[in-house]
Amino acid sequence: MAEEKKVAAYICQGCGIGERLDTANLAKVAQKEGRVNLVREHAILCNAEGVKMIRDDIANEGVTHVAVVACSRRAKTEAFSFPEVALARANIREGVIWVRPDTDEARETTQEMADDYVRMVCAELKAMKLPAGNPDAGHSRTLLVVGGGVSGMTSALAASQAGYSVVLVEKTGQLGGWAANLHKRMPAHEPFKDPQDTGVSDMIEAIAAASDIKVYLNATVAQTSGAPGRFKVSIATESGATTEEDIGAIVQATGFSLYDASKLSDLGVGSSANVVDQAGLEKLAKAAAAANAPIRRPSDGAPVKNVVFVQCAGQRDASGTHLPYCSGHCCNTSIKQAMYFKDANPEIDTTVIFTDLRTPGNGEDFYRSAQRKEVTFTKGRVSRVEATGNTCKVNFHDLILDDQNASIADVDLVVLATGQVPNSGVNIDLPAEAGADEEGQKVVSILNLSYRQGKDLPQLKWGFTDSHFICFPYETRRTGIYACGPVRRPMDIVQAMEDATGATMKAIQAIENAALGRAAHPRAGDLSFPRVRIEGCTQCKRCTVECPFGAIDEDEKRYPVFNEGRCRRCGTCMGACPVRVISFENYSVDTVGQQIKAVDVPDEFSEKPRILLLACENDAYPALDMAALNRIQSSAFVRAVPVRCLGSVNTIWVTDALNSGYDGVMLMGCKHGDDYQCHFVKGSELATYRMSKIDDTLKQLGLEPERVATYEVAITDIERVPQLINDYAAKIEEIGLSPMKGF
Amino acid sequence: MSDLNAQAVAKYRTNFLKEVEERVEEGEWVKMCMQCGVCSGSCPLGPYWAHPPQEIFMMIRAGRRDEVLTSDSMWMCTSCYNCIVRCPRKLPITHIMHGLANYAHRLGLAPKNQPTRVFATLFWNNLIRTGRVNELKLSLALYFKDGFKQGIQNALNMQKTGLGLMKAKRLNPFELFSGHGCKDKKGIAAMLKKAREIEASRKHFAN
Repeated sequence: MAEEKKVAAYICQGCGIGERLDTANLAKVAQKEGRVNLVREHAILCNAEGVKMIRDDIANEGVTHVAVVACSRRAKTEAFSFPEVALARANIREGVIWVRPDTDEARETTQEMADDYVRMVCAELKAMKLPAGNPDAGHSRTLLVVGGGVSGMTSALAASQAGYSVVLVEKTGQLGGWAANLHKRMPAHEPFKDPQDTGVSDMIEAIAAASDIKVYLNATVAQTSGAPGRFKVSIATESGATTEEDIGAIVQATGFSLYDASKLSDLGVGSSANVVDQAGLEKLAKAAAAANAPIRRPSDGAPVKNVVFVQCAGQRDASGTHLPYCSGHCCNTSIKQAMYFKDANPEIDTTVIFTDLRTPGNGEDFYRSAQRKEVTFTKGRVSRVEATGNTCKVNFHDLILDDQNASIADVDLVVLATGQVPNSGVNIDLPAEAGADEEGQKVVSILNLSYRQGKDLPQLKWGFTDSHFICFPYETRRTGIYACGPVRRPMDIVQAMEDATGATMKAIQAIENAALGRAAHPRAGDLSFPRVRIEGCTQCKRCTVECPFGAIDEDEKRYPVFNEGRCRRCGTCMGACPVRVISFENYSVDTVGQQIKAVDVPDEFSEKPRILLLACENDAYPALDMAALNRIQSSAFVRAVPVRCLGSVNTIWVTDALNSGYDGVMLMGCKHGDDYQCHFVKGSELATYRMSKIDDTLKQLGLEPERVATYEVAITDIERVPQLINDYAAKIEEIGLSPMKGF
Repeated sequence: MSDLNAQAVAKYRTNFLKEVEERVEEGEWVKMCMQCGVCSGSCPLGPYWAHPPQEIFMMIRAGRRDEVLTSDSMWMCTSCYNCIVRCPRKLPITHIMHGLANYAHRLGLAPKNQPTRVFATLFWNNLIRTGRVNELKLSLALYFKDGFKQGIQNALNMQKTGLGLMKAKRLNPFELFSGHGCKDKKGIAAMLKKAREIEASRKHFAN
């Protein structure tokens, strides 16, 4: 690479740019104000000839920095791909001509807009460097799978088939997890009529046969440190010794425990031996199958003639006593278990009492099959199960006949469909000394991460591990660690297998990206990484606390230690840093700050306000592009700067903009809160919080609080986004131009 | 208790769903209901029924035999077929309603003065005699269903219509005495007998 910086600007005239704008003037701006070394115009820059022109300049003229003044950075990315030089794009198609009317009156402001974008791209480019990639890349191609149930085994087999070695850690003495305890499973194939073999033994055999899967039984993860590609994992084995493994990425498939049925005394648990949970029935069914005998009731061993299944036992409970959620699999499981009886002897009365029968997947066919087998389905809510000698009486509210006092007597066996409780480990959001559940039992950490931010994956809701639920379900907030199966959300075997396969694919991507020193999702392939000028650091800890991905640890002197491999390149640390010592090579306080300064702010008599729009590149900026594609017009006074995440917005940009005479600053980020859409989970929320604190600064500057506005937008807000811009421009007109101009 | 009813009770005891499945026309569909309630919501007469179809199906499963068979709900069905069209499980609900009504009638449990039942009985008895419906006799029988005095009253009320029909040659008063029938009355009687036998064996009425 050339030592010297040589900046070239290429101005496209295609797609109507040439007709609508004075490109010669744009070239002049780039030359005179942007001070670039080389400017070229081209009729259609993205065609082979245009691209060749740029390539030739890179090869022959030693161009190191390329400004493409054409369409949005989201368009023509394959044509304008020059990995060997620093590249910046000025968006004068979607950003200018497509959002402005083609009229004589509009011509002047439209040209000003384009001129500004040229100034901005030149300024940005000069502050940029070509990113070099993570120097601390890890090259381990081994996947650690924690948990040896169906999810874990599926993950291990998928990785092994894809050519990656696997370390599988299982805390019990055998593989198979819950599924190994099942008599049969719900059918996974056409015609979805009868329960089928669990297939667990086949999976265990396949794992034993795979030479690249190393299984640790009776083992736990004692410590996990490092980053994707170079995790160091100590495994505590049965003998008490620990073994060290080099790991590339981790899949956590720690599954679930059943909800504690002893909390359901109203449903007869404790008072009758003939009330069991679904796992209890599986045990009875297995024993019966082994003895080739009918299923017998526990109290006296008499064959079961009448069985009642109680759905939602201790689940979907609004009172707050039991689980608030639906575990998803239990209706199908009860249907399957009712078939254990009906398939053996059609004379056995089987009743499923449900409030809503939820049969995901192909469960509807399975449900119909059970109806054909004459399993009775009764819509009702069970109030009480009474023990009456060797039988039970199930009292329920019949919801169809609205009969409060409905009951089924002489029931030999009552099966409670209790829910799934995730095995998530320690809740890192609770204070450290807590670390125990409500019964005072010590919660054991699963991953034992040596991260500053806590030992396990963050939890999302109701104790389930983290997941970017709406957009990227496998992603957690710990890079290179993927949760799958019922630890992530309640699910059945089919879903768990699909989930495990997906998580494994993500883990493999993480391994590959880490080896190349690149970022993982959502900026997969990004070679930039945060650099810190440590001598300027004041040890305020904002970066370590706010990093949504736990990428930043602390050294013994309490300085931040960046783990590039764990970083997702969102820039939240950069936005947080009050002394602005954190930057990326191609994205920094300076690259954006210089763009803001480059804009020509007309004086207060011109009646031309300037509004800075900092738009999230994931959702807001695409929405702007699509609005432009639909030719929805918006104000000519707005200058849009895409940011990696609203979390990367440093308040200095906002104050600098206002100080230099901008009349308003708009921030557009993703939806936050419980159903967040932020690609970096916390970025938009943090930005909103930071901006809520900016009022004091505005007051000091003598400015109205309306001069900074934060919006939550979705990628689909194609009509709303230009409307927000126009409304804001009208608002600025109403409150008047900024008094800060000309200082 | 009629013999048929006593025999059914003895055979099925508490399992009314099984009884319906084996003995009621299209009764084997009842177990396939998923209790969504679309039938009840679609029924134009729904608000006037004591038990709309969804409830009837639930009562059958809950073993409420007497309540179902003595109910007049299924006699209220007008065969508009809205429920059949809309049922997501494709249950022939209209036919099940008629099947239940017919079964209740055969067991002697159907409400005695339910108008639909009375009319249907008159119609059937009228029809099987000659193989054709004698309209005059059917109308008159209907007039007199609530007693002699009410019958005369009804006839007088309808006098004008009757005369009009006669003038238009739409009503022959001599039908009252003999009336014309089909060509092969014996054949029809034999056919009906055979049909009854088939039904009895298929629906296990004999045992």
